[in-house]
Amino acid sequence: MLIIEELKVEIGDREILQNVNLHVPPGETHILFGPNGSGKTSLMMTIMGFSGYKVTRGKIIFKGEDITYMPIHERARLGVGVLFQRPPTINGLSTRRMVEICAGGKSVNVEALSKKLKFDDFIERDVNHNLSGGEIKRSELLQLSAQQPDLLLLDEPESGVDLESIALLGDSINNLLDRGIQKASPCHKNTIMSGTPKSALVITHTGHILDYITADRGQVLYKGQLRCSRNAREILKWIREYGYEECVECTA
Amino acid sequence: MYSLKGEEETCLINQEFQSGQNCNEAAYVHAKKADNINNRPKTLDKVKNISLSDFIDAAENHDYVEILETIGQDDVKEFVKVGIDTDSTLRAGTFIQKDSTIVHCSKSIEGVEIKGIANALEQHDWLGEKYLWRLLSPEQDEITRSVNIKPDQGFFIWIKKGVKAQKPLQTCLHIAKEKFSQKVHNIVVVEEDSELHIIAGCSTSEHLESGLHIGLSEFYIKKGATLKYTMIHDWGENVYVRPKTAVHVDEGGVFISNYISLRPVGSIVSNPVTMLEKNATARINSILVAGKGTYMDMGSVVELNGTGARAEIISRAIVAGGTIISRGHLMGKEPGVKGHLECKGLILKEGLLHAIPELSGHTPGVEMSHEAAVGKIDKREIEYLMARGLDEEEAISTIVRGFLNVEIEGLPADLETRIDEAVKETEKDMM
Repeated sequence: MLIIEELKVEIGDREILQNVNLHVPPGETHILFGPNGSGKTSLMMTIMGFSGYKVTRGKIIFKGEDITYMPIHERARLGVGVLFQRPPTINGLSTRRMVEICAGGKSVNVEALSKKLKFDDFIERDVNHNLSGGEIKRSELLQLSAQQPDLLLLDEPESGVDLESIALLGDSINNLLDRGIQKASPCHKNTIMSGTPKSALVITHTGHILDYITADRGQVLYKGQLRCSRNAREILKWIREYGYEECVECTA
Repeated sequence: MYSLKGEEETCLINQEFQSGQNCNEAAYVHAKKADNINNRPKTLDKVKNISLSDFIDAAENHDYVEILETIGQDDVKEFVKVGIDTDSTLRAGTFIQKDSTIVHCSKSIEGVEIKGIANALEQHDWLGEKYLWRLLSPEQDEITRSVNIKPDQGFFIWIKKGVKAQKPLQTCLHIAKEKFSQKVHNIVVVEEDSELHIIAGCSTSEHLESGLHIGLSEFYIKKGATLKYTMIHDWGENVYVRPKTAVHVDEGGVFISNYISLRPVGSIVSNPVTMLEKNATARINSILVAGKGTYMDMGSVVELNGTGARAEIISRAIVAGGTIISRGHLMGKEPGVKGHLECKGLILKEGLLHAIPELSGHTPGVEMSHEAAVGKIDKREIEYLMARGLDEEEAISTIVRGFLNVEIEGLPADLETRIDEAVKETEKDMM
């Protein structure tokens, strides 16, 4: 699904990612750990193609296509979707309209989707206008539910969300990844799941989200490089016990 | 009775005649880059070197049309652009003036009077005494002087006590004759506890090269009454517009003004004054788009003269090569008044956007605030929308459309389409 090779990225004159190699196969969910400022969000922004993140070496391949220098909207249309941590407010544009935009040409039942995400009270509100932390996440997930990307980039989905609401978020992330369906009828998995199995790359600090989604693998981004790749829960345990520095030492 | 004779007010209304002063200077210097003028500037528009005498006062008469639905298709095309509906059942009344001729005047509900001002002055003695030149002064400046003391053009609209018009009433002032100076004096009287929405369109014929529109308006909103006044203007690149408007809102009355100008205009200078008595409310919204060659100096002064008066001035301005001076002034004269002024501008293409929000409090106990922002579209917003699948152009127009999306009640249904068209055209200029 997503292959990143020897990726080097600069912001301004500062090197933010040194040499990142990453492979997220179809159907897998990878968790990205790392201390503040290690470049996790930058990696996501680079995958999505945001300006200001200059790729100086390496490439990003998505569904077999080199997307390293592709415009943002083409990546989105190809199936990359981001859950932003701090999305901008867009004045005068209702969330309802935004959800329709996300659906592209596809028909979308805004009512049903927003009800499911408990966002129906805010659906006429301008995009991200005066929303709490949790409401922003629900708004983002609502947009992604309409967008239906094949690769989900989730930037700290649980930050600013109360414990109770994390369950709701986890549910809808699983739905987006078709995991919900998988769980409901495991024996008919092959007939129910359609198209490409979906993948995700999830940034988390606390690991709370791991209680609700199935992680296939964890990675630690440390000082601009991916330093560790193994079971996500194991990594989380190590980080909790020994801190990042010790954690990456083990693989050094 | 309420005439604006104070020095300050005169100054505000009369900005265009004060040479080389404050903000206008910067605007003119900017505009002068484009127009290289060697001659001594004339008074009406110094940048384009135009004076009142460049225009002609007389125009041929046009035929009167009895039934609204039978107006010629060429004219209809011009009128619909400024919100006029030719289905008379959708409107409480209609007044259409072409150059200096009233070509249609009708009403479909009781309790409303709508007619030419000259006719009305003849019919009602009280009109001249009580309402003519009471809010505006004929001696104010060159512009007011140019309109006859006894006006013969313009409209008089009168809604009787307690009448609540369900449908809007529409007026259209249209210039068809080349170089014609259309001078009108309009009076609107909204009696106690009545309600009226006027859609006031102003337009020029497509082929028109140049023209001048001077519109003096005096509105009287009585106790507990509501007037909503929606102006949609569609001028031309060499059309000059100098409206003067004064509104008096009595106790508990409400004045809502919506001003929309999306198409090019040579220059427009307007700074209406609204006077609010006890518990009266004013909400003044404007949407301005200035492409290349357009010069707009638009403001609004609200005097909060009575306890409990409330005012809100909201403007959205987009500069794409032209000049917009966006003013707003709240004057708090009594304790217990509240006002907010919001003035936001986007500069899409080089030009000038000068926001001048002013607040003046004359006594303790006034509560007024303002918010002004001038800038470009935030790249993060564009990229956010692109990450949802819109290309850059679509993302920009979605943001601009949202920016202009001030909640305005009762706008003609197809206005949104026209806003979209104007935005698209603005973007074409940008690329």
